Amino acid sequence: MSALPMSGAPANVNLVGLSKADYRGNPTTLCQGCGHNSISNQIIAAMYELNVLPENVVKFSGIGCSSKSPTYFMNRSFGFNSLHGRMPSIATGAMFGDRTLKAIGVSGDGDTASIGMGQFKHVMRRNVNFVYIIENNGVYGLTKGQFSATAELGLALKKQGVNPYMPVDICMEAVISNATFVARSFAGDPKQVKELLKAAFAHKGIAVLDIISPCVTFNNEANAHHSYAWGKDHEEPLHDISYIAPRNEIMLEREMSAGEIREVAMHDGSMIVLKNLEKGYDPTNRFEAIRALEEAQRYNWLTTGLIYINEDKPTLDETYNLVDTPLNRLAEADLRPAPEMIEKVNALMF
Amino acid sequence: MNKVINDFSIIVGTKNGSGSSTANNTILRAIFKMGIPVSGKNLFPSNIQGLPTWYTIRVSKDGYLGRREINEIVIAINPDSFARDLASVAPGGAFYYADDIKQPITRTDIAIYPMPVKDIIKKDQSIPNDFRDLVGNMVYVGVLAQMIGIDVDKIYAALNFHFKGKQKPIDMNFKAVKAGAEWAMTNLEKKDPFHLEHMDKTEGLIMADGNTAAAIGSIFGGAQFVAWYPITPATSLAEAMNDYFPMLRKREDGKNTYAVVQAEDELAAIGMTVGAGWSGLRALTSTSGPGLSLMTEFVGLAYYAEVPLVVWDIQRIGPSTGLPTRTSQADLTFTSTIGHGDSDSVILLPGDINECFDFGWQSFDIAERLQTPVFVLSDLDMGMNQWMSKPFAYPPTPMDRGKTLTEKDLEELKGNWGRYLDKDDDGIPQRTLPGNKHPMSAYFTRGTGHDEYAKYTEDADTFQRNMLRLKKKFVTAKQYMPKPVVYNHSGAKTAIIAYGSTESAIIEARDQLANDHGIQTDFLRVRALPFSPEVDEFVGKYDQVFVVEMNRDGQLFKLLSLEYPEHVSKLKSVAFGDGMPASAKWIREGILDKFNEVKGVK
Repeated sequence: MSALPMSGAPANVNLVGLSKADYRGNPTTLCQGCGHNSISNQIIAAMYELNVLPENVVKFSGIGCSSKSPTYFMNRSFGFNSLHGRMPSIATGAMFGDRTLKAIGVSGDGDTASIGMGQFKHVMRRNVNFVYIIENNGVYGLTKGQFSATAELGLALKKQGVNPYMPVDICMEAVISNATFVARSFAGDPKQVKELLKAAFAHKGIAVLDIISPCVTFNNEANAHHSYAWGKDHEEPLHDISYIAPRNEIMLEREMSAGEIREVAMHDGSMIVLKNLEKGYDPTNRFEAIRALEEAQRYNWLTTGLIYINEDKPTLDETYNLVDTPLNRLAEADLRPAPEMIEKVNALMF
Repeated sequence: MNKVINDFSIIVGTKNGSGSSTANNTILRAIFKMGIPVSGKNLFPSNIQGLPTWYTIRVSKDGYLGRREINEIVIAINPDSFARDLASVAPGGAFYYADDIKQPITRTDIAIYPMPVKDIIKKDQSIPNDFRDLVGNMVYVGVLAQMIGIDVDKIYAALNFHFKGKQKPIDMNFKAVKAGAEWAMTNLEKKDPFHLEHMDKTEGLIMADGNTAAAIGSIFGGAQFVAWYPITPATSLAEAMNDYFPMLRKREDGKNTYAVVQAEDELAAIGMTVGAGWSGLRALTSTSGPGLSLMTEFVGLAYYAEVPLVVWDIQRIGPSTGLPTRTSQADLTFTSTIGHGDSDSVILLPGDINECFDFGWQSFDIAERLQTPVFVLSDLDMGMNQWMSKPFAYPPTPMDRGKTLTEKDLEELKGNWGRYLDKDDDGIPQRTLPGNKHPMSAYFTRGTGHDEYAKYTEDADTFQRNMLRLKKKFVTAKQYMPKPVVYNHSGAKTAIIAYGSTESAIIEARDQLANDHGIQTDFLRVRALPFSPEVDEFVGKYDQVFVVEMNRDGQLFKLLSLEYPEHVSKLKSVAFGDGMPASAKWIREGILDKFNEVKGVK
């Protein structure tokens, strides 16, 4: 449940007059119990609660089970199911069309950490204004259970034997590549997923959400690092996270004393509130972020929460000093130089 | 000695990276300003500094701009290519060389002119040491100017243009030109027949390279998004867009209506372009064969998802190392079936600088009208070399943005539309753009597995229905293609079909065939695929049709054979690909070869 009630809105309609059903997609065709379905539901809930118009959201994906999921939420949003590993480039180009829109991309560990690693790293560098979700289960589902690049060393799978390679740590790759928002969560912790989704959506720039999302069919043995059981036993939240929309006042709980709470101000006036800070974690410190990820690797923790955030970097479209009107609404008068310019150009051609 | 006026070739052999291109372009531009038809071709290695490079300038009173295989005047500045350069002078020609090169000269059939380039430069104390080698190139410009009669005022105009009016470099270089000319006047005796005289054949013409023309044409076409990755010979197209966007799309509010993104590779460049085209922007990428190979998967998706975008392929030889700086027309069959599965491609084939400009803006109209990728196949010779051309002409027709539905359109339709529905029975569906606020505007884009309303399906009938509609779209496409250019010659029974940059060499070869061999030819230059009906009619009219192109396998020949099986027996392939621009000689000889086979007469 959201910590804060929506003020003044009827029970089943949000501030933009839409019901939760207006955020739904087609029925899922993924396996029952798949972590991805839980994430789709949290996206629906988060967008509903954030009062986002579906027409202002564009969905992107690559190829794989995870990449199918954009059809399972927000039918009223445009979407592009692109090529394997190529979601970042499609989103980068498309978001120049109308930069008042916000993109939600859904990828998987195969789509991002193997074939798409190059584009993943470069979309971080460019700080495209884009929520980049990786539904991370350690296996290839659609091709029936091969190891992915995030599978842990020594993972044993039915037909594959034992994984001989070190895993890719998606959050570490993101931090190293100068991503401006990096978080990890667990599909078995839907409340945290939803709050992180809201924070990611409010973030200005690229927001990477690495969500451990168990594959119930191919990789859910209790000792596997991407299973529900392992996640439940090993999750180490850095903090309790709440997202506070701009119009809502922060109501601190009485028993909370100074030093126990950390607030991160977002550029749009909203706020991320982090509580239960016995670890004293500061997500604005990149050095600490790397240390937290290094520790998680060393001690086999599933460290979750907001790992890193930097609200101050310009987004890709900001660096281009674009006109206020969305580029895809510009007419010929704005796009074709005036007739007299042809003379000027010809004069330059010696 | 009979004077040879305005009809010879000059070749300059230098080291790559020695700054000779300023000198060579200065000669080219000065001759152009004298009113004499002239063309320049840079033959350069894949190298930054040190390897031999040659620049050819052809002067032709008759207006032939194609490559010649003979050089009457050779200027040797590079010791490494000295022997080869000396050997390459046509008998009766002239050989100029930097006299610090101490190598044997045994030829007696040519005029030999040593030039004390270094000594002349040393005398001018005002030239900073760092600039001595660069400015030294201007000495041979001056010597040549004196010896063949390049107008020194025109050289000044060329330098003024090159240095954008900056007085200091203009003066420094012009001083070296004059020093070279004065030295030659005092010390050299003219022993060869080659002279320049003013003409009026370049009046009103411009001089540009195809990549610059393409970039400017694209901007006049309302280009909004460019994603690219560096690759010779396409790099200068994207760089020219960066150069000309600020001037041509300047706004009072200082904001931009365009974006140019240098991508991390061609996979990302095309991905961004597809994304931008999908979102409603006029989007292009420029590349060459190796890059186009990498783009294949994405353009295949764009074909099926029906996304408009433009890909410029400046053809070269590849892949990997090899001859990446040599020209070619060998991407045609590859592009014509690019993408996996069934496919069709719209390909535009510019034949000169003017068409690079025109196809710059037309390609966007065609792409958005048809909602499909449009490929423009230029080549290194056209893209990177300077060509005389008619001035660019302002687009005579307004932009065609195709069948795009706005919020208002959707209100009128009461939201009843289908992304892949063949509403107009022409195979071209309607589309909406992200950002459209109508609740029925959105659709989900994917490859082939969709119905008329963009809903996911794997149903066999629906799939096939969509495939047949796509086919129909490419029949509709024919009416939007640029028509071929036809050069008629009354009563000819023989014809030539070609495309792209070979035109100038073909025009020359046709004159030679007519004058020296009594063979009259008509000539059709294909400008697009799918072929428009005019190509069909043309092929049907002749006894034999020679298909001339710069590749090994006769790629256009193959495509024409597939398109017109009833005419296959008439088609003869004259294909030649060695990395050099087409010359009238190989075209003429290639045609004569096969002409004999059929007719037994010349």
